[in-house]
Amino acid sequence: MKTLSRLLRSPEAVAGFALLAGMAAMALLAPLLFPADPLAIAGPPLTPPFETWQHVFGTDRLGRDVLAGLFHGARTSLAVGLAAAAAAIVAGSLIGTAAGFAGGLADEALMRVTDAFQTVPAFLLALAFVSVAGPSLTTVVAAIALGAWTGPARIARAEILSLRERDFVAGARVVGMHPVEIALREVLPNALPPVLALSSVIVAGAVLIEASLSFLGLGDPNRVTWGGMIAEGRTVLRSAPFLSIIPGIALVLTVLGVYLAGEGVVEASAARRSFA
Amino acid sequence: MKSPLLSATGLQKTFRRGENRFAALAGVDLEIAAGETLALVGPSGSGKSTLARVLMRLIEPDAGALRFAGENLLALTGSRLRAIRSRFQMVFQDPLAAFNPRATVERVLYDPLRIHRIAGRGERPQRIGALLERVGLADTLRGRRIHEISGGQRQRVAIARAIATGPELVVLDEAVSALDVSVRAEIMALLACLQREQNIAYLFISHDLALVRDTAHRVAVIDQGRIVETGEAKRLIAAPASAMGKALVAAAMKLPRRNGPEFLP
Repeated sequence: MKTLSRLLRSPEAVAGFALLAGMAAMALLAPLLFPADPLAIAGPPLTPPFETWQHVFGTDRLGRDVLAGLFHGARTSLAVGLAAAAAAIVAGSLIGTAAGFAGGLADEALMRVTDAFQTVPAFLLALAFVSVAGPSLTTVVAAIALGAWTGPARIARAEILSLRERDFVAGARVVGMHPVEIALREVLPNALPPVLALSSVIVAGAVLIEASLSFLGLGDPNRVTWGGMIAEGRTVLRSAPFLSIIPGIALVLTVLGVYLAGEGVVEASAARRSFA
Repeated sequence: MKSPLLSATGLQKTFRRGENRFAALAGVDLEIAAGETLALVGPSGSGKSTLARVLMRLIEPDAGALRFAGENLLALTGSRLRAIRSRFQMVFQDPLAAFNPRATVERVLYDPLRIHRIAGRGERPQRIGALLERVGLADTLRGRRIHEISGGQRQRVAIARAIATGPELVVLDEAVSALDVSVRAEIMALLACLQREQNIAYLFISHDLALVRDTAHRVAVIDQGRIVETGEAKRLIAAPASAMGKALVAAAMKLPRRNGPEFLP
């Protein structure tokens, strides 16, 4: 409760949550406000924005409604961003826990694998993975998670290395608890807060990578995505720049919202911890 | 003396950090009989806590033998080691650090019952109630988190956890040192009561020679990783033979009133 009130006192956090709430509302309301297929032709091509009430943000080269695309694109962006971040954090913290808790050879092996993944840029890794596995929502999520799990893994491992020397772990061993249970039930939950602090950065990165993949035509072809809309508008950038600018602004606002909200949460909970 | 409950012979443990070596245990021989209180006293860094942790199989010794109730403890690993752990338990110095910071009192006491399959699933809440009553805690505490209760209450929960499995040996590693004097006396009375009723042997690690003299049956003095002297508590403290024993008694006499009752008549 105190965390919440502290959160509401920080203007950045409030702005971040407002932006996120807006995006979430767009994603949730998309099928209600725009029940038609957003990929279907809805009017004359290249209608400029704010000209008719029917197409407030205009239409693209093929006559598809930009506002409907924006709403449906929010679904894809948020779904991919959240799913990829969740997958990266779950996989990363499990691998980091295993490495930190097992120690020795297992730790060495897992951390060298982590190093190997970290040396490859996340975007190239995602690009390569989607090119091989084919573009679909699940492969895009997996591709993004593939480049993002190393951060959570390293932080979880570092936390676990310090936690496992604590008396409560010795206490759990004295009681006769199985090492796997000690790792997952006693140690991991206590290592999570700093790992979760990374989540806003990962979500923001995932939204951007998804947009970049779609821009290159490697997104799920059956879904509207903001990256895909920007790419679509690129061919008519001189005559109809709004087609790229509008989804671009949506992208910027989403990433900004995720980042501000995440920072706000981290700071509010850090303040609570230092007062406790 | 019949065969001891726990016997350690020639225990050695050297910690290495880079080039540095520190021989925490340099050949410890120790025996604890069923139902007795053996106090372990010694200066800081003499190996008391390392010895406690080796006896609890939390740290692997480099050499030596360890027998508990006739079993070769060092030969046990995995599930067989976890199973025998119900018979020897430990209470740590800092009761806050010894529990998962997120745990509730109920969970702390439920775990040993569940792990060692004591009582049926439906009976365990009553068992927990009985344990709380046994250590003098109100049943209303069971839903509280460990950090929400007082230090004395925490140490009572730690004792309840230690006796939950009906152990024959409990190692008390400075278990009352962090408590204030009145709480300390209550906890010592509780421990003595549990020992009488359940015939638990204690390895009582302490700095407090007055407390040791009043509560322990025997005392072992440890210095630089070796047991230098063992003897009946009152006799040893009245007339220590080893240099370290003499030094500890001399140091305790300089602080006559700090630890409650006056140290020597």
